[in-house]
Amino acid sequence: MLAYVVHRLLLMIPTLLGVAVLVFLLLRVMPGDVVELKLKADGADVSAETLKAERQRLGLDKPMASQLADWLTGLATLDFGTSMWTEDRVSHEVAIRLQLSIEVAILAALVAVAIGIPFGILAALYRNTWIDQAIRIVAFAGLATPSFWLGMLVILGLLALFEWSPPVTFTPFFQDPVANLMQLIWPALAVGYRYSAMVTRMTRSTLLEVLQEDYIRTARAKGVSERMVVLRHAMRNAMLPVITVVGLEFAFLIGGLVVTEQVFNLNGIGKLFVDATLHADYTMVQALVMLVAGFFILVNFCVDMLYAVLDPRVRYR
Amino acid sequence: MKARILVIGAATAALLATPALAADQPKRGGILNFAVEAEPPNYDCHAATSFAFIHPVRPHYSTLLKFDAPNYPKIKGDLAESWSVSADNLTYTFKLRTGVKFHDGSAFSSEDVKVSYERIINPPPGVVSARKASYDDIASIDTPDAQTVVFHLKAPNAAMPAQFASPWDCIYSAAKLKMDPKFPEKNVLGTGPFKFKDYVKGGYWEGVRFDGYFEKGKPYLDGYKAIFIKGAAAINAIQGGQIAAEFRGQSPSDRDQLVKALGPKIKVEESPWICNLVVAFNAEKKPFDDPRVRRALSLAIDRWGGSAPLSKIAIVGPVGGLLRPGYSLAASQAELEKMPGFSHDIKASREEAKKLLKEAGVSNLKFKLTNRNVPNPYTPVGVYLIDQWRQIGVQVEHEQLETSPYIAALSSGNYQAGLDFNCDYMDEPNLQLIKYISADKSSINYGHYNDRVLDDLYEKQKRSTDPVQRAKLLREFETRALTEAYTVPTIWWHRIIAHSAALKGWSITPSHYLGQDLTDVWLDQ
Repeated sequence: MLAYVVHRLLLMIPTLLGVAVLVFLLLRVMPGDVVELKLKADGADVSAETLKAERQRLGLDKPMASQLADWLTGLATLDFGTSMWTEDRVSHEVAIRLQLSIEVAILAALVAVAIGIPFGILAALYRNTWIDQAIRIVAFAGLATPSFWLGMLVILGLLALFEWSPPVTFTPFFQDPVANLMQLIWPALAVGYRYSAMVTRMTRSTLLEVLQEDYIRTARAKGVSERMVVLRHAMRNAMLPVITVVGLEFAFLIGGLVVTEQVFNLNGIGKLFVDATLHADYTMVQALVMLVAGFFILVNFCVDMLYAVLDPRVRYR
Repeated sequence: MKARILVIGAATAALLATPALAADQPKRGGILNFAVEAEPPNYDCHAATSFAFIHPVRPHYSTLLKFDAPNYPKIKGDLAESWSVSADNLTYTFKLRTGVKFHDGSAFSSEDVKVSYERIINPPPGVVSARKASYDDIASIDTPDAQTVVFHLKAPNAAMPAQFASPWDCIYSAAKLKMDPKFPEKNVLGTGPFKFKDYVKGGYWEGVRFDGYFEKGKPYLDGYKAIFIKGAAAINAIQGGQIAAEFRGQSPSDRDQLVKALGPKIKVEESPWICNLVVAFNAEKKPFDDPRVRRALSLAIDRWGGSAPLSKIAIVGPVGGLLRPGYSLAASQAELEKMPGFSHDIKASREEAKKLLKEAGVSNLKFKLTNRNVPNPYTPVGVYLIDQWRQIGVQVEHEQLETSPYIAALSSGNYQAGLDFNCDYMDEPNLQLIKYISADKSSINYGHYNDRVLDDLYEKQKRSTDPVQRAKLLREFETRALTEAYTVPTIWWHRIIAHSAALKGWSITPSHYLGQDLTDVWLDQ
């Protein structure tokens, strides 16, 4: 098992290296650069010499191979460099936004699990009854509804009914939990609805499958209460795919909520991603791609390890 | 009896008048929250070019002169108490206020003005000065005493002294600049009405009242928070009472939404705007190297007819030439109608256009219009132009690019025709006409052409301090530019600001770069 874990950890390196090179090359294929955007986007008459001097200062005049070498060297030492737009440390820029993105992801995951798992269990236990149908309709609606659109409806609803909109600046939870939740509960609900729909459907289908197994029939034949059959015996096996869905979706929420962040004006990783791309801020985009890729790989790994913990039949070699 | 009635009448009138008068008396206190659509990349006025810098950062700084926002285009002293101009227009002498302090308590003097302007004119290595070329005429700067600064010009410049009211000419501390010429990029230290308090990247920029400000009793606000919000989220935040304003501009539909939702709680101010969209034809690519083709495409555009319908959906409206309609030196309507592309007889203009295209051998012209992917006003004006060109049998593909590839395409000449823009902080031909002079003199000439006649006329009007003579030169410039049609104006912008009715003391101006120091702003709550 230890050998497997080490092997998986080592495999992350070439994966991340591939991502690093790919994102570096893709960015440089795009026309335009940060210098032109910074100095000319608003129509100022800036001389070619000024633009050239700025490009030199930012290292954009170096050969591509040299820039790639600098990037990979920095990456190896976890130095993501300096934003070409703000010239602040990338790590600092990301840290400011990461707290909010993680909190929204956690809140959305809590909403998803709190709604999705119980609903999924109910739908499986009351299969083909009106309860099951109602839950499935709600779940389908959740899958079909883009979370940013739902977010827009939430905001418009709050404005129309209460003449109020959520706060537009972030207050950390431990500074003022009420102000924090007043801002973040709405995007968490909007995103969590779709998230919970996936969890509901996965819970329902895996539970239905597990409830057909022989050991469940045996447990019932032995007189174990239905509650125990479901919660102790069936759920433990049914949860494995659900955990995968919850984990991967959580990873997506870090940096994936671009439009939702715009709708709610959240200062998160998604917004930073968009701004950095529009600014042609190479170092920032590269760093963010690595962050999200690394996060996905890590979550994937953790989910696999959790499988081994939950299911004794799973042993990695 | 009669006297008693008169006294009672007078007292009643006074009582009735008092609430109105009291309501106009500025109230001290409160934090102004407003939206800004983008963030400044750094804190340096001299390098900045965007409203995204002006709106959050400008309140920290003072300039030598500033525009009197409610009475634009009048200028008044900011750090300068008074000024005089020599008879030959080559020497500008400014008497500075006394007792002015920087936010760290250090004293302000003429040396700070001199060093700040020298930084703009001759930026040290590594320092960007975005408007260096505008100050080429300044030969030297003297400081005979701590309260006097004298600018010596190489040649008369018609833009002076208004150019000293540029909102970008922030006065920095000479002592700090001598320590580090790049100090203002990451540090905020000015003499303005507000001190820097906090900046959360991606979140907001905060300022707090500077109690040592040189205008006693001001500013009225305790502070302000410029919150970085884009698009519909800003309008929703105004509607929801989270912010009081967004100072760049709203679309007609945003204005209508807010008025419908908030009624008397919202105040709408509208103004012409020193911004317009222009069509740039790439003179290095066929067939746009042929003036007949360019002129034909300009003639096909019904500017007068498009103005009203476009103003309902976009932030455009007034029809004008190279200078903003309504500006004292702009062409009158009668003069404009005689210029190519501005006749009211669009049918005749389009017939002429077709004839020109036929002469040039491109009757079935097809090309791509490169536009910026910004909903207002770029997209609707781009769509309108394509429709207009279709009326003369020209097929145009609309290519909308994000700002970075858009700027790259225009700069590099990798386009055929582009929808470009021209925005400035004041009505001044020296600024507005830079777009139209030769490419080897102007980095924002995206037509990639050289025209020495235009260059010569530009230089002459720049030196002409006689308004009558200058107007004559400007008409010649305009006629030449519109006849050659390298770059042609479409429709000028129209500025709409819908803000909380509680926000007082702020006046709309024709530029979103002006009036943003917040000195006179107060909250009626």
